[in-house]
Amino acid sequence: MALTGWLKSFLGKNGLLVGLYILIAVAVWIVLLIVLPQLFMLDFSFRYNLPPGQVGGPQDVYTLSNYKYLVFGSPGNQAAYNWIDLSVFGQTILAAIFVTLIDLALCYPIAYYLAHVAKGATGRLLVLSLIIPYWVNEILRAFAFRIIFGASGVINNALIYIGVIDQPIDFIREDVALYTGLSYAYILLMIFPIYNAVESLDRNQVEAARDMGASWLRIHWRIVIPYAKPGIASGCTMVFMLTAGALAAPQILGGPSSLWFTQLIVQWFNTGGNWPRGSAYAIALLIACVAFVLFMMRIFKIRVGEIGR
Amino acid sequence: MSAPAVELDSVTIKFGAFTAVRDVQIDIKDGEFFSFLGPSGCGKTTLLRAVSGFLEPTVGAIRIHGNDMGGIGPNIRPTALIFQNLALFPLMTVWENIAFGLEVRGVAKAERRRRADELLDLIALPGQGDKMVSELSGGQKQRVAIARALAVEPQVLLLDEPLSALDLKLRQHMRTELRAIQQRVGLTFIYITHDQGEALTMSDRIAVMSSGVIEQVGPGADVYDRPDTAFVASFVGENNAFRGRVQEIAGEDVRLETAHGPLVGRLNPRNPVREGDEAYLFVRPESLKPAEADESLNRIEATVRQDEFEGSFHHLILAAGEDEALRMSSPNDGGREGGREGESLAVRFEPKRAVALPLGPLATE
Ligand SMILES: Nc1ncnc2c1ncn2[C@@H]1O[C@H](COP(=O)(O)OP(=O)(O)O)[C@@H](O)[C@H]1O
Ligand SMILES: [Mg+2]
Repeated sequence: MALTGWLKSFLGKNGLLVGLYILIAVAVWIVLLIVLPQLFMLDFSFRYNLPPGQVGGPQDVYTLSNYKYLVFGSPGNQAAYNWIDLSVFGQTILAAIFVTLIDLALCYPIAYYLAHVAKGATGRLLVLSLIIPYWVNEILRAFAFRIIFGASGVINNALIYIGVIDQPIDFIREDVALYTGLSYAYILLMIFPIYNAVESLDRNQVEAARDMGASWLRIHWRIVIPYAKPGIASGCTMVFMLTAGALAAPQILGGPSSLWFTQLIVQWFNTGGNWPRGSAYAIALLIACVAFVLFMMRIFKIRVGEIGR
Repeated sequence: MSAPAVELDSVTIKFGAFTAVRDVQIDIKDGEFFSFLGPSGCGKTTLLRAVSGFLEPTVGAIRIHGNDMGGIGPNIRPTALIFQNLALFPLMTVWENIAFGLEVRGVAKAERRRRADELLDLIALPGQGDKMVSELSGGQKQRVAIARALAVEPQVLLLDEPLSALDLKLRQHMRTELRAIQQRVGLTFIYITHDQGEALTMSDRIAVMSSGVIEQVGPGADVYDRPDTAFVASFVGENNAFRGRVQEIAGEDVRLETAHGPLVGRLNPRNPVREGDEAYLFVRPESLKPAEADESLNRIEATVRQDEFEGSFHHLILAAGEDEALRMSSPNDGGREGGREGESLAVRFEPKRAVALPLGPLATE
């Protein structure tokens, strides 16, 4: 009842044509592009990897074996757990947290500066200089990072030239290139939500705190950050999710010893030819990330609704 | 004599080529309730921000109890500013708001709470400390802002039109309240407003400002009764301005030749008119009285255009020749004769109730 009422008023407000278009577009977007593929992935993840002839046959039944594999490894495994994959899983989450923290530390001051200090032309110029580099696509950017961080790259050459080091540092092996690339990749997704949140903060509150003797540190800690919390949460969530799910940067910039969980997933899908297991791995990553984000929001007392502001 | 609480020593403040405040020279006494009164955009906030340390004068110096404040930031100055929009912290409780300045100073939590409760008593909001700011009414927020400023024990409290967001009734109530709080704590208050009623009711002294310049400084009664400039006369309270040429100055008396014939008023020795010059003669609406048939001095023949009845007063709007909107106020004391709309009415005023001043810009508000 409420739904038909809402429908009526929605169509009445927007006109039939526009209203229907919006409804259908949103429905297609949600069902076809978000829900259905994920449902198929979910379904896949609970099935055996059967040759095409047996799909739909009597052996095509639901199983937890793909998830079990991630945790316990193959049945013939010596160790109790699948330490190799689990540690990649854990490292990926930890690395994503690390990258998120780096981005937060980098972006909060920039966002605050853009929102409250930079005025007019300076501000616009800054925003442009943040956005325009993103016209360069991810792969190109990753390889460019590889070049400047390479053994004979600009950075090593410069360091050697000014005499800080005499042997080139292997930034790739040390994963410096990887973390730099990942941190840079989603910086805008951190800056803009924080910018949005901070921007609506009344400047007088900052001045009032200052007038009462507060240091800049305290002003941020007590006034600005609590106010910007939803924006910070929103930025952190996006950066964390996307970093944990990144593929290109780890593949191109990762050192020989670093393996991203997404790379495992791709291996199962592609080289392994085992789509169900790949799906199970992907779903496991998704659930872990969502659970982690919800847990953090709980700790910082942020409601999901606030993030959408 | 100790140094004044606040000394503004030829303070000029420029924004680029624009001069927002020009050569202000004022000493504010310790414990004084001092108001800056002027139309919006005249530079009041700018001046107050210079006292609180958010901006530095381009020229001149500001001293607080004799100490030069040059280069001393707002976080260190012994002033507390109450913002036009109060700027209470919405994510903190009332008591945390009040105690914020103490928190900054590293006061322990229990002591902060105790001080906040004391201040809540002072502002007549006992036991409201655990509410959120959003749960308070406009007048209560107002008082919390005052308590928050008092908590840091400033030597000077600066108030930037703090009542402007309140409705009329509350505003009038808060005037009394503010004045009472000021007398209780004995602190120097610098209050800025564009509302002459506020300035007159609360202040020990008023500085009237126009376009960045101080036009007159003095007690409210002085500013109201003996304005120094045409701007002050027309901005502070209602005033009728008769324009004419000065015919004769005899002692304190000035005779102007106007469209209504000769009118006699008093000279302001601080800003005297000169014989032969054009000048204004200012007469308050309450100084205009109905004229008896035999009274010819300062007599003006007029027609009543409108009667704005306010309850305690009749505010008549009169047309007399080229002066089409003379104002006359008479108390609603039952003794009212004549002055129905459309009727003609002869009015007069006492020479000692009229001030002759040189021409100058009038307030447009
Ligand atoms: N930061 C600033 N930059 C440039 N002009 C300013 C600035 N602050 C105020 N002004 C100008 O100075 C004048 C006085 O402003 P203000 O002190 O806010 O007036 P008031 O408080 O009396 O209404 C105004 O014309 C205003 O536009
Ligand atoms: Mg102002």
